[in-house]
Amino acid sequence: MTETPQKDRGLLRIDVDECKGCGLCIEACPPKAIDMSEHLNHYGYRTAVYAGAGCTGCGICFMACPEPGAITVLRAVMATAGVVPAMNTGIEGAAHA
Amino acid sequence: MSSELVQDYTVVQGRAKSFYERFERKPELQHQTHFCPGCGHGIVHKMLARAIDELGIQDKTILVGPVGCSVFTYYYFDVGNVQAAHGRAPAVATAMKRSRPESIVIGYQGDGDLSAIGAAEILHAANRGENITVIFVNNAIYSMTGGQAAPTTLIGQKSTTTPEGRRSLTEGYPMHVSELLATLQGPVYIERVGLGDNKQIAQANRAVRRAVENQVKGLGFSLIEVLSTCPTIWKMSAVDAQHWVRDVMEQTFPLGVFCDRTKEARPRRELEAAPSLDRIPGLLGVADQELPEAAATLSEAVQAIDLHVRVAGFGGQGVLLLGEVLAEAGLDAGLEVSWLPSYGPEMRSGTSNCHVRLSSQTIDSPLVTSPGILVAMNEPSLRKFDKSVRPGGWVIYNGEEFPPDCVREDVRVLALPFTQVAHDLGDARACNMVMLGALLEIAKGLPQASIDAALGRLIKNTKWLALDERALTRGRELFRGSFPEV
Repeated sequence: MTETPQKDRGLLRIDVDECKGCGLCIEACPPKAIDMSEHLNHYGYRTAVYAGAGCTGCGICFMACPEPGAITVLRAVMATAGVVPAMNTGIEGAAHA
Repeated sequence: MSSELVQDYTVVQGRAKSFYERFERKPELQHQTHFCPGCGHGIVHKMLARAIDELGIQDKTILVGPVGCSVFTYYYFDVGNVQAAHGRAPAVATAMKRSRPESIVIGYQGDGDLSAIGAAEILHAANRGENITVIFVNNAIYSMTGGQAAPTTLIGQKSTTTPEGRRSLTEGYPMHVSELLATLQGPVYIERVGLGDNKQIAQANRAVRRAVENQVKGLGFSLIEVLSTCPTIWKMSAVDAQHWVRDVMEQTFPLGVFCDRTKEARPRRELEAAPSLDRIPGLLGVADQELPEAAATLSEAVQAIDLHVRVAGFGGQGVLLLGEVLAEAGLDAGLEVSWLPSYGPEMRSGTSNCHVRLSSQTIDSPLVTSPGILVAMNEPSLRKFDKSVRPGGWVIYNGEEFPPDCVREDVRVLALPFTQVAHDLGDARACNMVMLGALLEIAKGLPQASIDAALGRLIKNTKWLALDERALTRGRELFRGSFPEV
């Protein structure tokens, strides 16, 4: 698991065991916040890794990824309102994020 | 937005609940799918899983899997799963939906499965407007088998069976399934979407959900064709494959909605569920008949019966009925029986024969390749099967003269003009029953009561029943006249 606590709107978790390194999420990510790892994982794949900053929580990488749970997208809960901004969790709304 | 305000993070996109946590049906690597890196199936699976989650139908969804790379839908989806024979998913889905109208039945098929082998099934399911959802994943090639051309292969596209590229002259044109089905009156929703870029994926996601939702609303047949990728067989990177969908495939297969009758469609009154088993005899008109019951103990004479019979003749001579009466009588007597008809497409005149087995033991095969009794209703049938009769066996031949070249030392023959005998009894068509009468003298252990019961069940017309009974009696007499010692 890669989890870098940055104060961005979004956050990515990538399961490097499930990832097969196809690169579709890297292509899909609008702010280009995903990189390919230098190292191979346990199964011999280079995998996607979160760059550590820049995620907007749009969720597009999740829908581009062919693996059920390799990517988890999180979105910030604001301290003031205590709610998730941009409540539309679907990719269609997220495309405008 | 100020980053200082961020207090916590919450999951907005994650593994769908409709997927198993761990793919325990998969023999190995149970934490990931079996698909190649970048495979479009994985993406479409996720769209479907998300739609099932969002519509809250996981507990009543039945997924009908195809043959092809996506054969293992049951590894991944935690819903009801059926895996259909190649191309037959729409037929299986039809049965599922009709027998379980409350279920949400989703067929998932590739382009080889749906547009080639299963072309007829999808056409008719769509034409009937079955209230099912079909996800049609089109990657323009047979992938699982190694890259043969499919009906959807593009002109000029190389495959193992079109090494120089597909040519319309020899392989025809790419089949536009969505357009084809949209010409029918049955479907309510048909759309082609792609996995070519983010925008296309977003649209595909909406379309898949809509197609499932149509069924939840009871509107009728929906099909979503997804232009999908196969990086492995296309020999491209996953990203290049994605671009190829958008830049090349889409030229041949334009995206869009080809049929949308969802506004006019009214929720269908669900068909009545299939009748329960106990209603079926009534529906078949056999409710008042006593069904044969297996005898607890067989008499010694019945126990000894072990018949291997071949009946052969022209279609229309009653070849199959002769065998059927014999098998039915055996069933009535408590024996194991099999009756295997074998005939050409002609209803009359073509050759016809059947295999009949009666035994007190379990029958291992319904095929009778070396009969103990051959009933040959004409000369060609005699010539065809004479040599197959086992030594010590019998030939009952419909003809005055037994062809000399068919005579065998080790086989006993009863050759009589049975057709003439039947004609004299009242109708030449009762010839089969006269011959059966002779046969029953060889199979002595079969009780007359069982034969009467079988006749009663199979011959509905009272005039014919009476004639057939006379014919059987006459056949027995003729046999005893020729072989008083047997």
